[in-house]
Amino acid sequence: MISEANVEAAVETASTPRHIALVRITHWIVVLSVLGLLITGTGILVSHPRLYWGETGGVGTPSLIDLPIPFIIGPSVWNRPFHFFFAWVLVLTGLTYMVGSFITQHFRKDLLPAKADLRWNRIIAVVSEHLRWRRPEADAVSTYNVVQRLTYLAVVFGLFPAILWTGLAMSFGVTSVFPILATALGGHQSARTLHFTCVVLLLLFVIVHILMLCLAGFWRSVRTMITG
Amino acid sequence: MTKFLKRRQFITAGLATAASASGLGTAVYFADRYGLIPPDHTGIVGIGETLTYATQRLLTSGHSLAREFKRSDISKVPIVNGPHPADEKYLALLAEGFENWRLSIEGLVARPVSFSLEELRRLPAENHITLHACEQGWSYIAEWTGVRLATVLDLAGVRPKSRYVVFEPFANPNQSRTVVRALWESIDMADALHPQTLLAYGMNGEALPADHGAPARLRLGRHLGWKNTKYLSRIVITDRRDLYRKGGGTWYGGI
Repeated sequence: MISEANVEAAVETASTPRHIALVRITHWIVVLSVLGLLITGTGILVSHPRLYWGETGGVGTPSLIDLPIPFIIGPSVWNRPFHFFFAWVLVLTGLTYMVGSFITQHFRKDLLPAKADLRWNRIIAVVSEHLRWRRPEADAVSTYNVVQRLTYLAVVFGLFPAILWTGLAMSFGVTSVFPILATALGGHQSARTLHFTCVVLLLLFVIVHILMLCLAGFWRSVRTMITG
Repeated sequence: MTKFLKRRQFITAGLATAASASGLGTAVYFADRYGLIPPDHTGIVGIGETLTYATQRLLTSGHSLAREFKRSDISKVPIVNGPHPADEKYLALLAEGFENWRLSIEGLVARPVSFSLEELRRLPAENHITLHACEQGWSYIAEWTGVRLATVLDLAGVRPKSRYVVFEPFANPNQSRTVVRALWESIDMADALHPQTLLAYGMNGEALPADHGAPARLRLGRHLGWKNTKYLSRIVITDRRDLYRKGGGTWYGGI
């Protein structure tokens, strides 16, 4: 159902939005839920800041990593409920994004790299450009480069599913139905350690992501993710 | 043209709203009917709690079993989370090996009963080697010996309208009612009748140590540690949603 006015407006501006509405809306909901998950997740972690491998672990048993933070148990009782609330927001938004992206062909059009770009010299060229902090040309900003495409695909199809898997693998209710979710990772404590590792990787991505926004012009990038 | 479109859009939007509202209403009706709504379904936290509880109840509807382990997997260090109660009544029972302890089953039952430790031990016993994990993050594997809660509930004759089983542990008698209530825990009938749900009086081949909940504690295969009430003194079967710990956190807890 396209009204004539809409068609005219589209012809007049003759440009498509930088980000489709689906991407813009889900992006900011994901930002908020990840922020909530980070805060509550840290709250859960500090009640026992040691990581183990296998099924079991605790004070008095050897650990894999001892995080240099004190044990703070007090307020953790509300961290878990809010963690699950934000997890549901993230999962439902993620599902909407996935389904919507297949329908609008967002993955194929915006994220799948061109075959010609999938060469080491192309990838190295993009990385070295960015390492030298060279502001990209206006043309180049209108589409994602090969490194961006690969990174976003890895986050969407690798990192977020891994965070969800490792989280679910710690649930006794879930592993009673799908025990392989825990056993394939090496056990309950391994799942907890990997959940933490995935979040560290996600944080690294967020840091680089924000640095790259600064390179491309922070507020301009944020604006295009809000208004299109 | 535009006017027509606007009216059509208005009607479509109205129909969509009505459809979603009635859809949501129907969903809530069936969710409640099939026991998919937890007692603490209100507020922001209630949204996540309800989604988690409903999803897990649908997933685990076939009495799915928690993972069990081999004897060789049993942890050498079963972590103790806080010492046993220090009130006179508990200490007196502990000193005499819980000879005069009785666990009463009350509430919505045909025959209110009570069991001594010896009587519990005479009921059919089961052993389960399962993982015990705390919400803080630590975990250990232990072998638990006890009688199925389902067996005990059967002897008491649970009435059909029962929805929850409430567990009361020993508490200091001088504690206020709020503090005592903070120690209560309740589970739904799906967990109560689950084959791995035990009234455990033995741990790793010996009598349940005081710090692990002697004389008997609740053992749930599919829950975190805090749901496994220690130092049991009374069990109440009820249809009331509000009889559980008011000490913060959620009722089902997501795990």
